Amino acid sequence: MAAHLSSGRVNLTALREAGRRELREFLDKCAGSKAIVWDEYLTGPFGLIAQYSLLKEHEVEKMFTLKPGRLPQADVKNIIFFVRPKLELMDIITDNVLREDRGRSPQRDFHILFVPRRSLLCEQWLKEQGVLGSFIHREQYSLDLIPFDGDLLSMESESAFKECYLESDQTSLYHAAKGLMTLQALYGTIPQIFGKGECARHVANMMIRMKREFPGSQNSIFPVFDTLLLLDRNVDLLTPLATQLTYEGLIDEIYGIQNTYVKLPPEKFAPKKQGEGGKDLPTEPKKLQLNSAEELYAEIRDKNFNAVGSVLSKKAKIISAAFEERHHAKTVGEIKQFVSQLPHMQAARSSLANHTSIAELIKDITTSEDFFDNLTVEQEFMSGIDTDKVNNYIEDCIAQKHPLIKILRLVCLQSVCNSGLKQKVLDYYKREILQTYGYEHILTLNNLEKAGLLKPQTSGRNNYPTIRKTLRLWMDDVNEQNPNDISYVYSGYAPLSVRLAQLLARPGWRSIEEVLKMLPGPHFEERQQLPTGLQKKRQHGENRVTLVFFLGGVTYAEIAALRFLSQMEDGGTEYVIATTKLINGTTWMKSLMEKLEPVPF
Amino acid sequence: MSRARADEEEYWHSSKFRAFTFDDEDDELSQLKESKRAVNSLRDIVDDDDDDDLERVSWSGEPVGSISWSIKETASSNTSSLEGRDSSIQKGSSSYAALPKQASSYSLSSLFKGRNKLPSFQSLSDAFSDTGVKNYAPELRRPKAEYKDYSSDWSPKDTVRRMQRGKVCSLERFRSLQDKLMLLDEAVAGHDGNVITAVLIFLKRTLRREILFRELEVRQVALCHLIHFLKETGEQKLLLDLLRFLDRTEEVALSQYREHLNIQDVEKRKEFLKGCIGLPFSAEDTSHIQDHYTLLERQIIIEANDRHLETAGQSEIFRKYPRKASILNMPLVTTLFYSCFYHYTEAEGTFSSPTNLKKTFKIPDKQYVLTALAARAKLRAWDDVDALFTTKNWLGYTKKKAPIGFHRVVEILQRNNAPVQVLQEYVRLVEDVETRLNLATKYKCHDVVIETYRDLKDRIQLTAYKCKVERGSAEEEKINSILNN
Repeated sequence: MAAHLSSGRVNLTALREAGRRELREFLDKCAGSKAIVWDEYLTGPFGLIAQYSLLKEHEVEKMFTLKPGRLPQADVKNIIFFVRPKLELMDIITDNVLREDRGRSPQRDFHILFVPRRSLLCEQWLKEQGVLGSFIHREQYSLDLIPFDGDLLSMESESAFKECYLESDQTSLYHAAKGLMTLQALYGTIPQIFGKGECARHVANMMIRMKREFPGSQNSIFPVFDTLLLLDRNVDLLTPLATQLTYEGLIDEIYGIQNTYVKLPPEKFAPKKQGEGGKDLPTEPKKLQLNSAEELYAEIRDKNFNAVGSVLSKKAKIISAAFEERHHAKTVGEIKQFVSQLPHMQAARSSLANHTSIAELIKDITTSEDFFDNLTVEQEFMSGIDTDKVNNYIEDCIAQKHPLIKILRLVCLQSVCNSGLKQKVLDYYKREILQTYGYEHILTLNNLEKAGLLKPQTSGRNNYPTIRKTLRLWMDDVNEQNPNDISYVYSGYAPLSVRLAQLLARPGWRSIEEVLKMLPGPHFEERQQLPTGLQKKRQHGENRVTLVFFLGGVTYAEIAALRFLSQMEDGGTEYVIATTKLINGTTWMKSLMEKLEPVPF
Repeated sequence: MSRARADEEEYWHSSKFRAFTFDDEDDELSQLKESKRAVNSLRDIVDDDDDDDLERVSWSGEPVGSISWSIKETASSNTSSLEGRDSSIQKGSSSYAALPKQASSYSLSSLFKGRNKLPSFQSLSDAFSDTGVKNYAPELRRPKAEYKDYSSDWSPKDTVRRMQRGKVCSLERFRSLQDKLMLLDEAVAGHDGNVITAVLIFLKRTLRREILFRELEVRQVALCHLIHFLKETGEQKLLLDLLRFLDRTEEVALSQYREHLNIQDVEKRKEFLKGCIGLPFSAEDTSHIQDHYTLLERQIIIEANDRHLETAGQSEIFRKYPRKASILNMPLVTTLFYSCFYHYTEAEGTFSSPTNLKKTFKIPDKQYVLTALAARAKLRAWDDVDALFTTKNWLGYTKKKAPIGFHRVVEILQRNNAPVQVLQEYVRLVEDVETRLNLATKYKCHDVVIETYRDLKDRIQLTAYKCKVERGSAEEEKINSILNN
């Protein structure tokens, strides 16, 4: 079930196990039969920790989605709410509790499990509604870092970027620090901490403080990680704005990957059997899980999309040949051998069929004129061309009322690549956007300005060209098929964040002091003392392990770039990636937009 | 306007920048096809009994046994019995809902008070014991361990630490301002937003407003948390007071302006927006807010008028093209489109006339022409389209001019299914030869293609084009006659 978590350099199954243990312990506190009422957002992340079977073993008989009104009938002793600490959810819970039939017998007991943390604010809110007392257990389940894959952890906290950079609310940073403490408890103290950015500084401070205040956390586990690198998302605002061009990145850009699942249009996945001709075509989207448990996906996910077709066709040939072998199987032994391989071959075939279909779907889009035009403009901006004037393509897109998020991504990209826009240009874009999409978007534009994504050029200086040249962010001779540099993930642009990680490993940040100063926030280094005996003696040729934590989100293309560095033969460093949320330009923009519909509750 | 397509291609081929193209287009496609074919052919070989993925996935997509799948499974068995009970639910809940109101009358922040006193809870649970409800005798069942916590004298530091661990703590014993501020500073140093907010709620309740504001002004982190908290709980008035105190006037303005989204009634919304105009926005934003107000004001007038026209059924345009939605709260450009669609010929004096909108909101020429063109093309009013691009000089000669470039005009017309005769008139006006040829070929404007090759004196292309036109058609004749000359 979770074998893919142990495939990497660090065995993340242990983290998943710890999560399962904590969940079991809580469930056993509420003795007797149970029903769980789910905050729907949580089912995805929880699914990565436990299946229904685990809950069932602990007497969970029914599960419902949290919604206002009366709770469904269920003859259980306990009703447990699994929720994020959000006020609007507290209102729904209140409604549920108040409508509980008090005449029923036996009475049902209520409990709340806050994920990832109890909130005094929420409890006060429940108290104001007069229902706080109805809950016997009010606990927290610190689902801080959820293992997504053998080298990937996410907190799946949607609003983390907005809270950190717009509202200066550091709660998610506190959770990040907590998550890192949990990791250290399982995998040993991380001796070296590097960081860049305000939030990174905060997290490092919190970790050091927590370690000091809970001396019990001093453990005797041999450290698995050599280095922790904390990176603020606002150090590199550029990368998520660009369209990701890796296979996995494009799937996410186009269809959106949620908790490792993607929903795809069903047409290309029609039932395969001919005998069922009369059956209707499926109308519900096809849902697939995407992770390294699938051999083929692990091989192609991080490739530039232009290199995916050839791999798929090679695989097809291999599988065909393998099936052909049945004709050559003469002896009983040979036939037996063939049959024993059948299940594996069938899985491989099915996997190939799925990815061929997905690749076709994506290709329809990447070959469209508009995709090409959009990419052209992005690449112009990133390579520093015409960033200081109103762009025709953006103007055209507004006139044709393309989705607002697309416009915002492009305008922000231009702004970031020019260290802010000339006031005249900025005013022009603003006016066009407000007139075409509605004046109320002035609130969103304001948010983007506060986050530093869209701003007037104040210093009168454009630092981006210096940063681009020093960090070699634009590579002209990119090789998409057999890449030799991380820039392949955006077909030319090397993600700034990953370049920083790469340069830290070799030759060290001292070489880029000047540029680091141009990027926002402090950069720093901390060391955590290890007890003697735990200090590592590196075997010759053994790679270092670095945990890169992206505060405010990371894209699949950046992950691909780090994996590429891990696999470089003379790289010397393997990377594990952690983040507050897996993002792409669209989901990121959405999280920064003002909610224009009043919240109904 | 936009760089011509051909230019663009040349740019990509000549420049050092790499576009995301499939160089070996056919090859790439055939590779996908190949793997598809292979996959298909294998189907016959393999017994397809378990032809699904590595993991079992039901068609809705949820893996069988996953949590979200189980929610549906376990919940579905209940729905029928639930519906049957609905009527009794109604009766039960109305009397039930009244109960907790009593509860909210006691001090809400007693969350942070010592629990051993609990006078209000006492009476509350008494009330319940009468009716025999055990579920609402709440705190009595709380585990004993939690009662012990507040009796001792915790320092601010200890208190914060305990709160971080989710323990209940009494904050009431922090009486002096100094103590309270130490507590706050300690909470901020711990970075736990949950605890910071809890302390802020306590301070908000126990400190005078001016003092709270003054102290927060020098504690930026705590200040941010309070602002966020006030936004979240909707305490708009206090929020505005605070922002005003801090002289964050632009934020005050925006925060107040945001409120209009909660006003559903358009008249009230309009009045509210009027009140926003005087708020201290930046100069640029002020003009946008002013425009927002003016636009809604216009829309209300237009809406009333048009609804009347539509129901009266006497206006042909409304009969022929009934309105799909009201124009209220639509963006400016959408409103302009609407007015170009329904009110194109009106004199400038009316509120609904396009020229009036253009003037009032200083809509740029380009934007205006694009919108008008789209609206008139949709109505297939080709004469209007023609007039849109015709200018007369002082001698009375007419000339065709398009601020958006004629290639864009062609695209928009084509999207509205303009007939070839109309289309080719504008294709002919595209200045760049390459673009003109491309468009003409794409949209089968044969005359334009032929004339262009003729002007270019390109016999080879012209001859080649012969196979694209119908045999024996006028176009073929035309090509022949040109080639023969």
